[in-house]
Amino acid sequence: MSYLLQQVLNALQLGSIYALIALGYTMVYGILTMINFAHGDLFMVGAFLCFLSVVLLKLPFVPVLLVSMVGTALLGVTIERLAYKPLRQAPRVSAIITALGVGLFLENFTLALSPYPKHIPSFVPDMSWMLGDVSISLLQIVVIACSLVLMVLLDLMVRRTMIGMAMRAISWDKTTVPLMGVPVDLVISMTFAIGTSLGGVAGVLYGLAYPVIDPYMGIMVGWKAFISAVVGGIGNVRGAMIGGYVLGALEILVVAFLPSTYRDFVAFGLLLVLLVFRPHGILGKPTVQKV
Amino acid sequence: MTDPLIGKSLMGQARSLANRQWFKGGLVAAAFLLSFVIPATGLLDQYVQLILMYIGINIILTVSLNLINGYMGEFSVGHAGFMAVGAYTASVISVRLFPVPWGPWLFPVAVAAGGLAAAVTGLLVAFPSFKTRGDYLAIVTLAFGMIVKSAIENIDALGGPRGFLGMERLTTLPWVFFWTALSILAIRNLVYSRFGRGILSIREDEIAAELSTVDTRRVKMIAFVVSSFFAGVAGALFAHLLQFINPRVFDIIKSTDILIMVYLGGIGSLGGSIIGAVVYTVLLELLRPLGVWRMVLMPLVLVLLMIYRPKGIMGLREFSWFVPGADLFASRRWHRKKGTVYGPP
Amino acid sequence: MKRAGFVWCICFLVGLCAAGCGEKAPSTIRVGVIAELTGDMPAVGESCKKAAQLAVKEMNDAGGVQVGDKRYKVELFIEDNAGKADQSASAAQKLITQQKVVAIIGPNATRYAIPASEIAEGSKVLLITPWSTNPKTTTDAKTGAPKKYVFRACFIDPFQGRVLARFAMDSLKAQKAAVLYDVASDYNKGIAEFFKTTFEQNGGKVVAFETYTTNDRDFSAQLTKIKKAEPDVVFLPNYYSEVPLQIQQARRLGIKALFLGSDSWGSQELIKLCGNDCEGYYFSTHYAPDTAAPAARRFIQAFKTAYGGMPDDVAALTYDSFGLFRQAVIEAGKIDRQAVRDALAKIQKYEGVTGDMQFREGSSDPVKSAVILKIKDGSFVYFANANP
Repeated sequence: MSYLLQQVLNALQLGSIYALIALGYTMVYGILTMINFAHGDLFMVGAFLCFLSVVLLKLPFVPVLLVSMVGTALLGVTIERLAYKPLRQAPRVSAIITALGVGLFLENFTLALSPYPKHIPSFVPDMSWMLGDVSISLLQIVVIACSLVLMVLLDLMVRRTMIGMAMRAISWDKTTVPLMGVPVDLVISMTFAIGTSLGGVAGVLYGLAYPVIDPYMGIMVGWKAFISAVVGGIGNVRGAMIGGYVLGALEILVVAFLPSTYRDFVAFGLLLVLLVFRPHGILGKPTVQKV
Repeated sequence: MTDPLIGKSLMGQARSLANRQWFKGGLVAAAFLLSFVIPATGLLDQYVQLILMYIGINIILTVSLNLINGYMGEFSVGHAGFMAVGAYTASVISVRLFPVPWGPWLFPVAVAAGGLAAAVTGLLVAFPSFKTRGDYLAIVTLAFGMIVKSAIENIDALGGPRGFLGMERLTTLPWVFFWTALSILAIRNLVYSRFGRGILSIREDEIAAELSTVDTRRVKMIAFVVSSFFAGVAGALFAHLLQFINPRVFDIIKSTDILIMVYLGGIGSLGGSIIGAVVYTVLLELLRPLGVWRMVLMPLVLVLLMIYRPKGIMGLREFSWFVPGADLFASRRWHRKKGTVYGPP
Repeated sequence: MKRAGFVWCICFLVGLCAAGCGEKAPSTIRVGVIAELTGDMPAVGESCKKAAQLAVKEMNDAGGVQVGDKRYKVELFIEDNAGKADQSASAAQKLITQQKVVAIIGPNATRYAIPASEIAEGSKVLLITPWSTNPKTTTDAKTGAPKKYVFRACFIDPFQGRVLARFAMDSLKAQKAAVLYDVASDYNKGIAEFFKTTFEQNGGKVVAFETYTTNDRDFSAQLTKIKKAEPDVVFLPNYYSEVPLQIQQARRLGIKALFLGSDSWGSQELIKLCGNDCEGYYFSTHYAPDTAAPAARRFIQAFKTAYGGMPDDVAALTYDSFGLFRQAVIEAGKIDRQAVRDALAKIQKYEGVTGDMQFREGSSDPVKSAVILKIKDGSFVYFANANP
């Protein structure tokens, strides 16, 4: 029993991080119908900013979080303005390839500056408690709590604020909304800013939980978060959260009960099966296509 | 380049086009002969020959992915998985099954077998594609690629992560040329056939196509099968060139590379695929002196290219040499009637 | 524009060809290095490159290498394989046909070394890999015989796995061992399996044999399983960027076993990344920086002066590869690929930075001792020798 509980805790931690990154994907997709494949690498930049603020500026936890969030948000908006905006009228796939290119650029640029993996000294006290046979660390609590708080805040923002309404409106109908006086470019930039800052937070939390960072860390995590977003129903904020936890849980639980070599095989196989039964993702709605 | 058909009578135009067929055929035969001459005489050094073979393999990969992503308008991200299946199948056959001295003669069998195995897996991926569209299909193909990689890692008989060794260097310039030409010919014929119209119609509007008596299921199945067959062929050639393969060679980064070549060259254009593959491979080699900054510059060039030519170098246009005579003829007549300036179909 | 594109490409290809034309008598000793400068292990490539540049600089500062009755300077060509097998092969081909090197040093990781070695073997050019420990790199896959032109400067995995298993049983008195290794990486998997075989042959029990995939950062599920199995020692034959995370997560879960590692721990980066969590653990490697012989100490000092940090095992082995090459050139008496290769094959004993190497007749793998190091007070301290 305690073995299972321990694994559930592990799954929650991993799932939280996937969920945060998946949110970034889904928000951008919802508003621009574009898959920002550079998102995984923006997450990596967030982790590196965390490293810089902890090692060079020696800041405590909350300022580190803020620095990463603001830094990645700025970078995200810059990329959007420079690379994605000119392609808004172009075929969707061109934007995707551009995103891939931007991602590759970020990875290799960071690599050129720092080929060695970096260690982030812990900036949260390293405490853990044993509840019976189950060990819970402060780290895990911080990661899970932070993620949940941010997700709830995001959900509230999307559903209850004006800007959230604007975002949802633009994802419904991009051409009519500007006619209603909504500053589309501004809303899009804000969406990018918020989405990428969540990725930045994920980078900080990841750096907290797994304190060794390197320039390529965003690749696999990015693709997995993308899968989570799609499995949850791409474009749907709550779907992304659920998708992240589903993938995290699948990965951990497969290892917990089967030989660990089967992890990728089984986890992705199950996801495929899920997509066969719910082709639009868990919370996705079948879109009506007019002929 | 002036249109050779301008100012000619109908008969004259037909004869021109027929002569072009002979000319094209002659060119292909000459190139084929050249591919034998080069390694034999050392006209180009071994490094350049190796790069030419890489280019050929990349062309096959790009052209086959273009069928799905460009002509059919889907978003398949797991092409390296098909390549892996082809590579491993062909390698296992040539290492374990063939008696050693017969290796070079039985090589096409191994390559074809690799292609067939990949085609069977292509069939498996085609089924989910009936229901899922767009980005969901991307996930299916992505997951497929990861499953293939993970499966190979777990099968010790295939060497697992240590990889598979022992292949003879059976891939030679003539073989690469042969398979490259074959793949271009096959896909070009497929696309310009009546069947190919079905593929294009799925890209433009799948539902309308379904309503217009296009059997979308059959079309998708065949497109995936053909595409994955050639990916498998490319994998087999690759394995026998490198003489060593391991699962990591066929990871998401490889799939991404192929994607980039397709979109770089231009979707829905065979000439574009060839250009994309050539430019990508050559540029990567030429920029070697930059060291670490090579991989920083490449993506930047790609991004700039996408911003200024979003449809790729060729866009949706096609070299007129690839277009079959009848199509060319009809399209030019149409342009002439409309009084519009002739442009490539 | 479209036709121009074709013509443009053809011109480039012709240019590439022309660049390779023209034979000249060698006025320098050309040596090539293939390193993993970008891709999945840039730190390894960086180390290799630094050591190579240091070695060549030392040779040239001494006036060059004595070949016959003249001294020749060494010209170094460094190529990046971008962490891809096909680029490894094309880099090797380029060095051989375009830069016309006498020998190639590198690549380091087995999965890049093997494709390059095939090209070298086929072109009859000497290739020395500093760091590839997989036996297959120097073995002809079809015949099982050793390759003629491929040598290495390090010991091989079967040896390491055996050494560590015996060390665990004899010195650490472990009866139950658990292993966590990267299933997607040949190096890790190879050593893990050799360890398991030897451990079980000598009466021990491997209670957990868990895997993860490269680039994973979360090992909580596997470590929870390992904790349940209650091992005496946990073997982690993984790269120094992954090990600190594994150890930290394990300790946080309450695993109290001793941790044991292989030569992939051998970089100072491990200490930087691990902090205090790695105190008191052991691993096997190629040389011990603190009890190093005078030649080794000179190398360490030179490396520190030039680059500021301690050299890791990749750097030390690269340096030794160059040393082997230099000796081969001197004994060959001429700058000729075949002669240099033959001279290298005849070298019976070589004293390198990483210890004494003995090359037996017909084998291109050196017989070397491994050293067991202990992590004490934040540095690597010599613990024991492990002889073949």
